[in-house]
Amino acid sequence: MSDSDTFDPADPKNQKTVGNIRSDNPRMICRGVEVFYADKQAIFNISLDIGKNEVIALIGPSGCGKSTFLRCLNRMNDTIDICRVSGTIKLDEMDIYDPAIDVVPLRAQVGMVFQKPNPFPKSIYDNIAYGPKIHGIVTNRTDTDEIVEMSLRKAGLWKEVKDRLDQPGTGLSGGQQQRLCIARTIAVNPEVILMDEPCSALDPIATSIIEELILELSAQYTIAIVTHSMQQASRVSQRTAYFHLGVLIEVGPTDQLFTRPLHRLTQDYITGRFG
Amino acid sequence: MNPLHLLIVLLLLSSAGYYIGRKKAFAVAGGAQGIQKLHSRPVYYGALTAMWCGIPAIAVVAAWLAFEPSIITGLVLNGLPDEIRSLPDGMLNLLVNDIRNLVDGNIVSAASDPMIQQAADRYAHLKLISLTSLTIASVSLSLLALIFIRSRIVPNLRARNQVERIVRYLLIACSMIAIFTTIGIILSVLYEAIRFFQTVPVTDFLFGLKWSPQMAIRADQVGSSGTFGAIPVLAGTLMISMISMAVAAPIGLMSAIYLSEYANRRIRDMVKPLMEILAGIPTVVYGFFAALTVAPFFRDTGDFLGLSISSESAMAAGLVMGVMIIPFVSSLSDDVINAVPQALRDGALALGATRSETVRQVVIPAAFPGIVGSLLLAVSRAIGETMIVVMAAGLSANLTANPFQAVTTVTVQIVTLLVGDQEFDSPKTLAAFALGLLLFLVTLALNVIALVVVRKYREQYE
Repeated sequence: MSDSDTFDPADPKNQKTVGNIRSDNPRMICRGVEVFYADKQAIFNISLDIGKNEVIALIGPSGCGKSTFLRCLNRMNDTIDICRVSGTIKLDEMDIYDPAIDVVPLRAQVGMVFQKPNPFPKSIYDNIAYGPKIHGIVTNRTDTDEIVEMSLRKAGLWKEVKDRLDQPGTGLSGGQQQRLCIARTIAVNPEVILMDEPCSALDPIATSIIEELILELSAQYTIAIVTHSMQQASRVSQRTAYFHLGVLIEVGPTDQLFTRPLHRLTQDYITGRFG
Repeated sequence: MNPLHLLIVLLLLSSAGYYIGRKKAFAVAGGAQGIQKLHSRPVYYGALTAMWCGIPAIAVVAAWLAFEPSIITGLVLNGLPDEIRSLPDGMLNLLVNDIRNLVDGNIVSAASDPMIQQAADRYAHLKLISLTSLTIASVSLSLLALIFIRSRIVPNLRARNQVERIVRYLLIACSMIAIFTTIGIILSVLYEAIRFFQTVPVTDFLFGLKWSPQMAIRADQVGSSGTFGAIPVLAGTLMISMISMAVAAPIGLMSAIYLSEYANRRIRDMVKPLMEILAGIPTVVYGFFAALTVAPFFRDTGDFLGLSISSESAMAAGLVMGVMIIPFVSSLSDDVINAVPQALRDGALALGATRSETVRQVVIPAAFPGIVGSLLLAVSRAIGETMIVVMAAGLSANLTANPFQAVTTVTVQIVTLLVGDQEFDSPKTLAAFALGLLLFLVTLALNVIALVVVRKYREQYE
C-alpha cells in the first residue's frame, strides 16, 4: 500500500475496501456505485451494506464523496442535471435505479435530513402534515392531527411546540428547526433516514439532543449519517465507513474502527494527521 | 470660462487636494514608518481634503447657475421702459425669450427692434460679469478650503470618521432628490387639479357617468358646456388593465416557473433573452399590431358569428398590452423564484414531493412577496400605458362592461385633453390634471394594498 501523499484513487489496486462491507441483515445493498459530475468522477466503485435498524456513520475529509454517496441512496442526485450514477443500489431487493422505479415513493421510503435546517415557510403543523398529505397517508383532520403529534413526539419536539403549532416553523431555534425537519421526515413513515451532517449548524446542547434522538430512532429506523465529528460518529453509530477521495477505504464496527483501524489512511485520519 | 470648464477645473483642484492631503498626512506622520501614529490611513486624509476642496465649491456653482437666469432677467427687465414692464405676463415672457434668443445668437422675430437689441447686450454683459465672479468665487473658495483643511491635518484628526460621515450625507442627499421630486410633481398636479375643481365639483368628477370634455372656445358656440364624469374613463382603464393582466399574469408566471424550475441551462440561456425582446418593442409598434391585426381579427370573427364587434375594442388593446407586459412578469418572477433557497426544494423533494408539488406548495409560497411585487409593477405599467390604447381601443368614453366595444382610458384622455388648442385655464385642459391626480391616487392605493399583502404574508412566514 502506497503512502498517503502518493495515493492514487483511480489505481484499481487501491480500491479494495478494508473490513467487512456486508451486513447480516441488510436493508440497503450498494454494489460498485460510481458517480460522475459531467466528466469528473466523484466516487469510485463503492460497495456497502446498510443493516436493518443500524446507525451507520460515514466519515472522511471534506470532498471525499460521503455526501454524494448519501444522496445516491434516495436519488437526490437526480436533481443535479450533470450528475450520473452507475452501479446498483437495492432497497429491500428493489433496485432503486431501475428505470421502472418512481422516485416519489422511493423518497418516501428513504427520507433525508439536511445539513442546514430547512423548514418550509409554513406553520409547524403544516410542515409536518405536508408529507403525509402529498402521499395520501392522511385524508382527514383527525388523522393529520394524530400523525403530527406522533411525529413531533418521536422527534422530542412535542412538549416545546404543542401550544404554537400554528406558528411559522422558521421561527423556531436552529436545534428545534432541525428536530422539526426530522419530525417531518418521520411523518411519511420511511424505512431509512439519511442525515447529511445534521448537527453541523447547531450548538453543543442542540447537538446532544439530536444525538439522543438518533439513538432512540434507531430502534425503528435505519439511519445513515454523514458527520465531520468523530466523537459524534462514535457516540451514535454501530458501524462506521471511512471515505477518502471518493473511495471507501474501510468499514467496520465503530468501536473497532476508532480504536484499531486496519488501514493506514483511516489511522491517519482518526488520529488527526490530516483532514 | 464656461460652466463646464469651471467644473473641470474644480474637479482637477479637488483631485490635486487628494494628493496634497495625503502628502501632508505622510509629512505629519514623519514618513511611511510613522503611519501608525495617524488616526486614519493617509488615503482618508487625502479624501477628506478632496471633499473639502470640491463639494462646497461645486455646491456654490450649482446654486449660482440655478438662480443666475432669474436674477439677470430681473435686472434686465428693470432697465426696460415702463410701458414694456407693464405688459401682461404672457407678452413679457415672449419678450424675455426674444432677448435670450438674441443673446444666444438664434434667429428672432423682432431682431430689428433697437430697444430689444440694447436689452440683449445688457443681458450678455451681465452674464459675463456673473460668470467671471462665479469663477473667481468658486475657485478661491476651493483654494481657501484646501489651505484650511491642510492646516488642520494632524495625526489625531479623525479623518476616516469625517469622510464616512460626509459620504453618508451625500447618500442621504441623493435619496432626498427622489423624494422631493415626487413631492414637487404631486404638488404641481394638485395645484392644477384644485383649479379644475373650482369650476367642476369634485362629486361630479368622481361620480359622474358621462365624460364629454367639450368646451365652447368662443362664447357664441352652442351646446358645449362639457361634462366631466370620470367613471367611464376610469372604468375603461380598469377593464383594459384587467384584460391585460389576465393575459400577462398566468403566462408570465408560468413561463417564469418553466424557466427557473424545469428548463435546463441551455434552454434558459436561449429563451430568457428572447422573451425580454418583447419588452424592447416600442409600444407604438404594439399599437399597430393591435389596431391592424388583432382588432380586425376580432371584428371579422364577430361578423362570422353574427355579432357586431367594433373595430376598436378594449379586448384588442388589452390582449396586446398583456403580451407586452409578459416579460415584466416573467423576468422579475424568474428572479425571485431563483432566489428561493435550494434547501427548500431539496426538503420537499426529499419528502417525495413531485416537481410540480414542490413548485406549487413550497417554492411559489416562499417567493410570493416578490411575485406580488412583479405583478404590481406590471399593473402600473398597464395602467400607465397609452399608445396601444390610443391606437386600438379608441377615444370614445363608453361606460360599458362589453370588452368588444370601444373604450378609452385615463392616460389617453389626458393626452387628448392636452394636445388641443384650448386655453390653458379652461376646464377642459385642467381636467387632465384632475385625471392625473386620480390616476396617481389609484396607483398609490394599489401600492399600499400590495405592501400590506406582502407584509402580512412575511409576518406569517418568516
